[in-house]
Amino acid sequence: MKKLINDPGDVVTEALAGMALAHPDLRVDAANRIVYRRAAPVRGKVGLVSGGGSGHEPLHGGFVGHGMLDAACPGEVFTSPVPDQVVEATKGVDGGAGVLHIVKNYTGDVLNFQMAAELCAEEGVRVASVLVDDDVAVTDSLHTAGRRGTGATVFAEKIAGALAEAGAPLAEVAKAGEEVVARSRSFGVALTPCTVPAAGRPTFELGPGEVELGIGIHGEPGRARAAAAPARELARVAMNAVHADMPLSGDVLVMVNGMGGTPLAELYIVFAEVAAFLREKGATPARSLVGDYVTSLDMQGFSVTVCRLTGDLTALWDAPVATPALRWGR
Amino acid sequence: MDTGFFVAWIEAAARAVAAGRERLTELDAAIGDADHGVNLDRGFTAVREALAADPPATPGRALTLTGTTLIRKVGGASGPLYGTVFRQMGAVLGSDAETTPDALADALAAAVAAVERLGGAREGDKTMIDALAPASRALSDAVRAGSAFEEALDAAVAAAQEGARAAIPLRARKGRASYLGERSAGHEDPGAASSVLIVTALRAAASCGSR
Repeated sequence: MKKLINDPGDVVTEALAGMALAHPDLRVDAANRIVYRRAAPVRGKVGLVSGGGSGHEPLHGGFVGHGMLDAACPGEVFTSPVPDQVVEATKGVDGGAGVLHIVKNYTGDVLNFQMAAELCAEEGVRVASVLVDDDVAVTDSLHTAGRRGTGATVFAEKIAGALAEAGAPLAEVAKAGEEVVARSRSFGVALTPCTVPAAGRPTFELGPGEVELGIGIHGEPGRARAAAAPARELARVAMNAVHADMPLSGDVLVMVNGMGGTPLAELYIVFAEVAAFLREKGATPARSLVGDYVTSLDMQGFSVTVCRLTGDLTALWDAPVATPALRWGR
Repeated sequence: MDTGFFVAWIEAAARAVAAGRERLTELDAAIGDADHGVNLDRGFTAVREALAADPPATPGRALTLTGTTLIRKVGGASGPLYGTVFRQMGAVLGSDAETTPDALADALAAAVAAVERLGGAREGDKTMIDALAPASRALSDAVRAGSAFEEALDAAVAAAQEGARAAIPLRARKGRASYLGERSAGHEDPGAASSVLIVTALRAAASCGSR
């Protein structure tokens, strides 16, 4: 394993130290492992807290700032944060209007945020939660832990964040987050596994002529293995899965997300195929993101996330944002 | 059993998790996200430090401190789930200075029920419950039948091992492995495997004579 690390046990703390130095708009509490926007708590504004395993950078620390999150709680690599961390972050961003937790549907994230929300309630902090579960690769969700939360997390954080910034009350901010989740679907494809620093070797074996279809974001294998194919075919597999679950029409927000080890040029090739697919179905890629937003360490591959927009959601998406990884209009 | 017995259990569990760290992580790499051994080891290392820094006065306190520390340090699903096992056992044992095999069996049964409630998993879902639930039943049955304590624990260990083994061909329905669907079949569940280690550690504590 070759990695730019010093010690597998120090990956998260050292990454946070670097992040603090690189982004003076953030305030990083290294001891509690929390990334705050410098202005937090903002009086009268609903606070937004998200978190999850590390290794998905820029998610979530990269989305802390004006118009998006007030705090992010990174856990160990691919491991959800612990309740204490979430409680500390929640109290740290409560400006009196309550706090929204944006949680991806993975058992660990759900349990730790749930415990934290209960502890916060005992201390008199109002907390609401939005559960993100957009991954259509999980087909029989009634018999599993439910659909995973993946790319739509970025959409929910941006849109709920814009509404919170505009001064909306907690219930309304939570409702917007839920609406984004309900209107969003994702599908991921891996060309290679990733290497978790503590394990030191790839999480699964994938031959040179193989891809994994329907992966999540933790380096876990997907729902099926298939022969490697040109970008056009892989993009179509992903989009067909999305379209079969949620027929696409009208204006959509599209994210073609890199898993950490894929060149941007390849992601643009995928985006062109995705856009062609959408037009065939009569949908318009009205807003888009192409790049690394929700990664799986050094995995090669992509995921595509689509949200069916409304006028209100588009306006909230367009609202100014100033974070390390998303920045426009300000 | 006194507090020393429970501290010995936790020590044995911590050693077993440290020794089994690579194997647990390998099992998790096959159907999860390759962090189970690493995370549990980090948690139990913190538990040993917590027990040394704040020596518990009762069995209940030893278990509660263990559970709380696991929740605080592990993260993921295994932190809250194993944390709940120990916290629930601690709550059932209360503040008594000594405990009986009957009380221990009741505490373990309550812990299994609490984990089932928290994680929403039942036997057959291919999780830690597949090892813990049969172990708990075997312990209760043997204790009620009047077996010697060591024999009752032997039965619990055998039941945990058999439960973990029986789950290998199953398809996971909870936790990270559930996303693999059919492809999870044929793999040993890392949570069931770590539960076997923890039940086996209980047996080891009984042999080391610190009762």
